[in-house]
Parts: sequence; C-alpha cells; structure tokens
Amino acid sequence: MLAQLRAQFGLDKPLTTQLAIYVGHVLQGDLGTSFRQGRPVLGLILERLPATLLLTGTAFVFAIAAGITLGALAAQRVGRVADSLITILALGFYATPLFWVGLMLVLVFSVWLNWLPSFGMQTVGADLHGWAAVVDIAQYLVLPALTLGLFYMAVYARLTRASMLEVASQDFVRTARAKGVPEGRILRRHILRNALLPVITFAGIQAGQLIGGSILVETVFAWPGIGRLAFDALLARDYQVLLGVFLVTSILVVLFNLLTDLLYAVIDPRVQAA
Amino acid sequence: MKPFLRAYARNKGAVLGLMILALVALTAALANVVFPFSPWDMQGAPFQPPFDPDAWLGTDSLGRDVAAGIAYGARVSLLIGAVSTAVSLLIGVSLGAIAGYAGGLLDDAVMRFTEFFQTIPSFILAIVLVAIFSPNLGSIVAAIAIVSWPPVTRVIRAEFLSLRGREFVQAAEVLGRSRTAIVFREILPNALSPLIVLASLMVANAILLESGLSFLGLGDPNLMSWGFMIGAGRSVIRLAWWMSVFPGVAIFLTVLALNLVGEGLGDALNPRLARRR
Repeated sequence: MLAQLRAQFGLDKPLTTQLAIYVGHVLQGDLGTSFRQGRPVLGLILERLPATLLLTGTAFVFAIAAGITLGALAAQRVGRVADSLITILALGFYATPLFWVGLMLVLVFSVWLNWLPSFGMQTVGADLHGWAAVVDIAQYLVLPALTLGLFYMAVYARLTRASMLEVASQDFVRTARAKGVPEGRILRRHILRNALLPVITFAGIQAGQLIGGSILVETVFAWPGIGRLAFDALLARDYQVLLGVFLVTSILVVLFNLLTDLLYAVIDPRVQAA
Repeated sequence: MKPFLRAYARNKGAVLGLMILALVALTAALANVVFPFSPWDMQGAPFQPPFDPDAWLGTDSLGRDVAAGIAYGARVSLLIGAVSTAVSLLIGVSLGAIAGYAGGLLDDAVMRFTEFFQTIPSFILAIVLVAIFSPNLGSIVAAIAIVSWPPVTRVIRAEFLSLRGREFVQAAEVLGRSRTAIVFREILPNALSPLIVLASLMVANAILLESGLSFLGLGDPNLMSWGFMIGAGRSVIRLAWWMSVFPGVAIFLTVLALNLVGEGLGDALNPRLARRR
C-alpha cells in the first residue's frame, strides 16, 4: 500500500529525478496536482487569481493615488505642521505589520462600529446580480484593500516628497518661476511630472511585494484569493500548491516589471523602449 | 566619536528611537526576572481583561499572561532580527565586494543572480523555505537572510565601484598590498557608513518578516513570539481585543524605533545630505 502510493506520487525516484520531472512539467504548463483536493494546481490558482488581482489592483491604485497626493502636499508645505504630520503618519504605517493593521481595522470598523463586513468577499447566500453584487463586493473590499494599501501609501508618500523637493531645487523650475508661470501650474506640470519617475520605478519593483503582502491580508480577511490558497496549502502541507502559487506570483512580478518599463517610455518621452 | 554623537543627538526622533530600543532590549533581558515562569504556562483564568493587578495586559484563551508573552517574545524578535541581518550582511557584503572589485564577467554574473533574488516575491519565498525545512529558529533565520541580502550586495557593489578607482586604493596597489588586504583594509572601511544605516533598517524588516511568518503559524513552535500571539488572538478578536492589540504595539514600537535610529545614523554619518533635507 505504502509502496504503491510512493510509486503513484513518484516518491520512489531519486530527488534529482523528481526535480527534473517537476521542472519538465512546469515548462509544459503543468504545475502538478493538489493531493488534498485531487485537482490540478494550475486550475486552482486560475480560479482564485481574479480575487487576488482585484484586491491588489485596488490597493495599488489607492496607494499610488493617496501616496502621491500626500507626498505632494507635504513637499509643498515643507517644514510646517502638515508636513510633519504626513511624515509621522508615513513613518508609522511603514513600521506597522500589515496583518496587525488589518486586525485593528476589523476591530474598529466591524466589531465596534459595525460599519463594514470583516471577512469573505460577498454576502453568503444573498445571490445578488448587477449593481447590487458590485456594491456588495465593494463593501467587502474596503478593509482588505485599505490594509494592503496603507503601507505602500506610506512608502510612496515619502518617496514623492523627497523626489519633489529634489526637483523643486533644479534650474528649470526657477526659470519657469522667473517667466511668470502660475505656482499651481509649476507644481503640476514642472515639478510633479518629473518627480513621478522614481516613484513609478519603485512602484513597479514593489508590485511583487504587494502580492506577497496579500497572503497576510487574505488570511486575515478570509479573502478567497491565491494568498488564502497558499495559506490553506501551508496548513495542509500541500506543497505542490504552495510551489505553484510561488511560481505564478513570480511570473506575475516579471510581467508587471515589463509593464512598468513600457509605461516608463510613455511617461518620459526621453526613454526609448528598445 | 564626539562630533558623531552630537550630530546624532541633533535628530530628536533618532534619540527617541534609541530610547525605545533600549527599553525593548531591557524588557528582553529582564523577561525571566519580571516573569519567573514560562510564557506558555497558565497564569490565571482565560480571557482576563487587561489593567488588572494580576495580569496587567490580560490573559489569552488558555490563561497565559500576555505581558509575559510580549517580554519573552522580545527576545525572539531581537535575536532573529540581529542574527538574520548578520547572515545577510555576510552574504551581501561578500557578493557585493566580489562584483564591485572584480568587475567584468564576474560582476555581471553576480548581479544577474542578485536581480533574480530581487524579482522573486520575498515573503512568499520565505514562506516556502520555512515550510519545506520545518519551522525552527535556524530555518527562520536562514529564510529571512536569503530574502534580504540583495540590497546589501547592490549598495556594497556601488561603493566598491566608486572607491576602487580612488587614489588611496591605487596607492595601496602600487605598494603591493594583497587583494584581500585592499578589499578588507582599504575599501570596506570606507564603505561602512551606508552599510550601517542599511543594517538597522534590515533588522526592522527582519522583525516584520518574522512576525508575518509566525502569524501564519510558521514560527518556532517552542518559542513565544509576537506574531504568534497576534495569530492566536485573531479568531477571538470579538472576545479579547487585548490579545492581538498589545503584541502589535510591541512590534510597531520596535520597528519604528529601528527606523528612527536608521534615519538618525544616516543623518549623522552623512551630514551633507541631512542638511539638504
């Protein structure tokens, strides 16, 4: 019985052969089978991927928008109360573990205030369609996306602030000011546009960390994405699934980096996409 | 040393950070004096609310003292943070020094290798490594070190590239000093200041990573840790908020302190950059 099982899973072969077989299968797009669920790993992952992309995408957009806004505000009022406040806030979120932020948000907004649902992705058994379903999912999305986004918001705010201060001291800004360009226009067209380049580079690199962080957030909020899948696989010692999630997220990161490089050429015409 | 201390003390946040850090270290050192019992032992009724003379941060679902858990957890966090940072500094500095000093094909090879590790989502890699090698102190330290060395390599390589063409290095070469002597005695000491700043931020990051791992149940099963305590409090958060709030505050304060110290060190070691900000 034991020998038969070993032969069935290929565990009777030497480790190197097992690795070669695994890599060979991966190259053919076969990530193996989850022995707990008896289903192909790739299917399991693809089924869960949209939920994760929705969560990380929302968090990313929120982090970029809020981070750049706060960073720009801080740079504009450098040395004043608003600047110190934003800097302290950014430093604080930078130092807080993601999963703890999530738990605290649950504690405040679900347990004490009872405003938002604390786990899951939609109301169970409510069979909603159209707009009602979108609104329903959006309610469940708020807390996890906020949790994941706040940390990166802090990172982008600090980066935007530093980058804007550096650009603001350059000669072309003084020229623009000298020829009488309105201050708001200088800020938007001259400083911000140039200051955004390093922020975007960094954001592209960090996309991978965002997916890694989503494991923790999905665990806290029981969000049915690949992070939750990885956590369940971890508990069940279903390593094929864990490795599959690892591979798929790595590929996603590479794709995302490529996308950032292309975006770079759009934002800065001086960069030529080779 | 004196002007350095004065420059450091000019940054109020950095001084505050150092004070918090000293407090955390003191808690870790005195854990078995203040709490002369195992943090895993039952100390009172389960779910005892905090601010009570018996258990001033409350007890958890098995009646374990939360304050004792935090004190013993400080040891684990600081230990893992320090050791894993030391290991990743060792890997990162060696590779960075080789790449920056040797240059050419070797440099290319090392940097592609580094980029490979930088692209892989680090937290997931750490999870996979700890899960496969079964969670214990050694595997956790190794996993954190393996995912956090790439920035060190990049920094050291950049420093070596800019330093190795300088006159004092050329002078050493003309004097016939060996390559190892040039690398360790001439160049490395001059590349230390960015390394020190980076190291303090890496300890902070390692503590965050460790708490994430033990939150997911990948901590050393014999050691009480902050992440584990938050993970245990997660399912009973409606009943006992103190179980997850206080360990989180401990992580927050420690990581914040390390970040502040890192910033202060950066300002003090690099006064010209600090004034521009």
